[in-house]
Amino acid sequence: MQMPAPNASVLSRKDLIVARLAAVLPADALLSDLAETRAYECDALTAYRCPPLAVVLPGTTAEVAAVLKICHELRVPVVPRGSGTSLAGGALPTADCVIIGVARMTQVIETNYDDRYIRVQTGRTNLSVTGAVEADGFFYAPDPSSQLACAIAGNIAMNSGGAHCLKYGVTTNNLLGVTMVTMDGTVIEIGGPHLDAGNLDLLGVICGSEGQLGVVTEATLRILPKPEGARPVLMGYDSSEVAGQVVTDIIKAGILPVAIEFMDRPCIEACEAFAKAGYPICEALLIVEVEGSPAEIDAQLALITAIARSHNPVELREAKDAEEAGRIWLGRKSAFGAMGQINDYMCLDGTIPVSALPYVLRRIGEMSQEYGLAVGNVFHAGDGNMHPLILFDANKPGDLELCEAFGADILKLCVEVGGCLTGEHGVGIEKRDLMHVQFAAADLEAQMAVKDVFDPLWLLNPAKVFPLDSSAPRRAA
Amino acid sequence: MTPKSEEELARIVAEADRPLRIVGGGTRPVGRSTGAALSLAGMSGVTLYEPGALTLVAKAGTPLAEITTLLAAENQRLAFEPMDHRKLLGTTGEPTIGGMVASNVSGPRRIAVGACRDFMLGVRFVDGSGNIVKNGSRVMKNVTGYDLVKLLCGSYGTLGVLTEVSLKVLPDVETQVTLVLQGLDDARAVAAMAAAMSSPFEVTGAAHDPALSRTMLRLEGFADSVAYRAQALTDLLEPFGAAQAIDDPAIWATIRDVTAFADQPGDVWRLSVKPSDAPELVAKAQARGVIYDWAGGLVWLLSEGDLRARLGDFTGHATLIRGNAAVPVFQPEPAPIAAIAAGLRAKFDPRGLFNPGMMG
Ligand SMILES: Cc1cc2nc3c(=O)[nH]c(=O)nc-3n(C[C@H](O)[C@H](O)[C@H](O)COP(=O)(O)OP(=O)(O)OC[C@H]3O[C@@H](n4cnc5c(N)ncnc54)[C@H](O)[C@@H]3O)c2cc1C
Repeated sequence: MQMPAPNASVLSRKDLIVARLAAVLPADALLSDLAETRAYECDALTAYRCPPLAVVLPGTTAEVAAVLKICHELRVPVVPRGSGTSLAGGALPTADCVIIGVARMTQVIETNYDDRYIRVQTGRTNLSVTGAVEADGFFYAPDPSSQLACAIAGNIAMNSGGAHCLKYGVTTNNLLGVTMVTMDGTVIEIGGPHLDAGNLDLLGVICGSEGQLGVVTEATLRILPKPEGARPVLMGYDSSEVAGQVVTDIIKAGILPVAIEFMDRPCIEACEAFAKAGYPICEALLIVEVEGSPAEIDAQLALITAIARSHNPVELREAKDAEEAGRIWLGRKSAFGAMGQINDYMCLDGTIPVSALPYVLRRIGEMSQEYGLAVGNVFHAGDGNMHPLILFDANKPGDLELCEAFGADILKLCVEVGGCLTGEHGVGIEKRDLMHVQFAAADLEAQMAVKDVFDPLWLLNPAKVFPLDSSAPRRAA
Repeated sequence: MTPKSEEELARIVAEADRPLRIVGGGTRPVGRSTGAALSLAGMSGVTLYEPGALTLVAKAGTPLAEITTLLAAENQRLAFEPMDHRKLLGTTGEPTIGGMVASNVSGPRRIAVGACRDFMLGVRFVDGSGNIVKNGSRVMKNVTGYDLVKLLCGSYGTLGVLTEVSLKVLPDVETQVTLVLQGLDDARAVAAMAAAMSSPFEVTGAAHDPALSRTMLRLEGFADSVAYRAQALTDLLEPFGAAQAIDDPAIWATIRDVTAFADQPGDVWRLSVKPSDAPELVAKAQARGVIYDWAGGLVWLLSEGDLRARLGDFTGHATLIRGNAAVPVFQPEPAPIAAIAAGLRAKFDPRGLFNPGMMG
C-alpha cells in the first residue's frame, strides 16, 4: 500500500503550526509529542500505521472551525477522526497531517419525540445515541457491529450499515441534517428536522464522503419507536444454492425481515469452536429475524418456516424465549472474534446481486484453493453485502501480500457480477487502487469534481478513496 | 431533439451551443426553464427486473405506467408512492421514471419508508460536457466512492441528463386500512399524528385535511397484523376521539396528488417543515387551502403572493409548485450553501446548458 510522500515544507514548519493551533485550543486539546500522537497512528486497519504531525481534540464546532482556518492558511492536510474503528484505513494519518478527532464532542444537544429526532455532537458513539432515547421507547436504527465504539462522525463519513438495515436502511436513510465545517473554516448547516432537500441534496453526497468534504461536528438523526418485540429463527442447509433460494423466496413472499444473516461452513465451524452456540455443522446457515407483537411474530415466522421447510433444512430452530434468541445470535455476533482466534484475517465487504450468491461463493471457494488461504463467509444475505474473511499469518513473510491479492480478486469478482467493492466499510486506502475496476475515468472525475468544490486545495483526507494516480494532479496543485 | 441512445445524447450535448430544456413526460413543469426541448422519449425500456432481488433498472424515458404494471404483475411496487402531478398541474402525457427521479418525487408513504432518493441504487447520466457518467450500481448496499446518485436525484436535470436509473422495489401489501379521526383542529391533529408515529404500529400514512376536519392514519401489511395494529392504534388514539376504520385506498391517492387543489385557482406551495411547527406556520400563511401530509412534515398550501415573506424565518423549505408569483420557485439558500450548489453546477455543467435558471 502506497501513501504519498509527506510534504517537506509542512514537516519543516511543525513548530509554527503547533504554536498557531495552541493559540486557539485548550492546552489538553492539542497533542504533538510522538509519545502521545502514536495513539492515533492507525485505525482498525492495523497493518498500516503512521503517526501524524499533531492531533487536536476540540470540544466545540467553533474550535474545529478555528483549527481548520489555520490549517487552510498554512496549507496543512487534515484527517478527521471519530473513534478510529474504520476497517478501510479511512482515518489513517500521514506524517504531515493534523488529526482532528471529535471524540470529546459527545453531547446530546436536543431530543424531540414529537418530531422523532435527536441532535448530537458527532463524537458520540452509535450505541449511546440509542442509549439516550431508549428509556423513552425509541432507538437509532443503524447498528454496525462496532456500535459500542464507533462514533456517529465515522458512521456519517462511511455511510455505515448494520445487521438491521434490511428493514431500516443505512446511515444515509436515517440522517436528517449536519453541521459541517469546510476546509476554509466556514460553518454550514445542511438539512435539519424536516425531510428532504429544498435544493440540491448536499446531505446525500456528504454522507459517505469519507471525511473528504468537511468535518462534521453535529448531526440530526431520525429516531424510531422501538418495535414490540423481535425473534430470530435459525435454519441450516446442505448447500449454499439452496440457502440462497430460501432468501429469495422469503423476500418474494412479501415478508420483510429486519435481518437475514448467512454463514458458510468454515465460519460455522469457527463460531462453534469459539462460542459454542450449538449451530448445526452444515454448508450454509441462515438467521432470519422478524419484529412485531407476539402474534405478528408468530404469523411471520409461520410463513418463513413454511418456506424454509419446503427446501429440506438440515435444521430449523425457532427461538422460544429470549435465552434461545440470544444463543441463535451468539455465534453470528462473535463471528469476527471467532475467526480472529484462529488466525489473522482480512475482512472484505463487497456487495453482489443476491441472485449471484451461489456462483460467487463457488468462485471464492475455488480461489481459496488456488491461493492456499482459507476463507469464511458471513454476511447480510438480504442485501447481498458479503463479508468474506480471509485467514492469513501476519508473521509469515509474503502472507499479507498474498491475502491482499486474493482479496482484490474477490472484489473484482463482485464488480464483475454487477456489484461493488464496498457495501458499508468504505474505500479508504484499502480499496482506493481498485476503484478503476468499478469506475471509468469519467466516473471518477465526476466524484473528484465534488471534492474540488468543497475543498479546492485538496487538504482534507487527500490520499484516500481515489486512486493515487487519478488524484495526483489535484493533490499537487 | 429525441436521442435514441446514450452516445447520441452525449454527442448532442457536446455539440450544443444553446441551453437545453430536458423533458421526460412533461407532466411536472415545476420550476422555470428555457432552452430547446431535449426529449428522453427515445430512451425507454426496462433493462433489468429481478423480483427476487427487489431490483429494477430502466432507461430514463420509460413511462412510469409501464413500470408499475410490470411490478404489479409480481405483486411489487415503488414503495415511496410517487405523486402524479397531472391533476394538480393540469398536464397531460405519461410521467417517466427519469422525471420522477430528477424531481425526487415521493408520496404519503415517504414518512415511513423513505423518499425516492432512499430507493435509488444507481444512475447513468450525461454531464454538461457530454461525458457519460455512472454512479452507484444495482446492488442494495454500496458505499464505493461518493454518492452522486442522491445528488442527481432531485437536481431537476441541472447537473446532468439522466439516461438510466436503478431502484429498489418492495413487495406490495396484502391489505390496508385507514383510521379516521374527526373534528380535530390543526394542532390537535398534528399531536394525534405524532402519537401514532411514535407508536410501534408502523403507520405508513398520516395526513390531515382541515377542510373536512378529518385526520387519517394508514396501516398496511398482512391482514391479521393490520387488524391487530388497527385495534391497538385505536386504543392509543382514544384521547383524540373514536377512530373509525375505513377501507378506502383511494383516499391516499387524493392526498398524494393534492387533488383538492386541482380545480381551484391560485398558487400551490409545498412546504417541508418540522411537523410540530406546521400549525403555527399555517396560521401565518393565510392560505385558502391546506393539506397536511407526513404527520405535518409536508404542508400543501393554496395561497397567493410571497408566501415566504409571510412565513418569515422557518426551519425547512417552501417550493412554488404551481403559479406565477414573482418569487424564486425553490427556497433560497444561505450564501455558503448557495455557493457550493453553484460550484457543483459549474463543474457538472460548465456551459450552463441544462435547464438554466431552474433552481437558481
Ligand atoms: C469489529 C468491527 C466491526 C465493524 N462492523 C461494522 C458494521 O457492521 N457495519 C459497518 O458499516 N461498519 C462496521 N465497522 C467499520 C467501522 O466501525 C465503521 O466504518 C464506523 O462508522 C467508523 O466510525 P469511527 O467513528 O470509528 O470512524 P473513524 O475510523 O475514526 O473514521 C472513519 C472515516 O470517517 C472520517 N471521519 C471521522 N470523523 C469525521 C468527522 N467528524 N467529519 C468528517 N469525517 C470524519 C475519517 O476521516 C475516516 O475516513 C466495523 C469495524 C470493526 C472494527
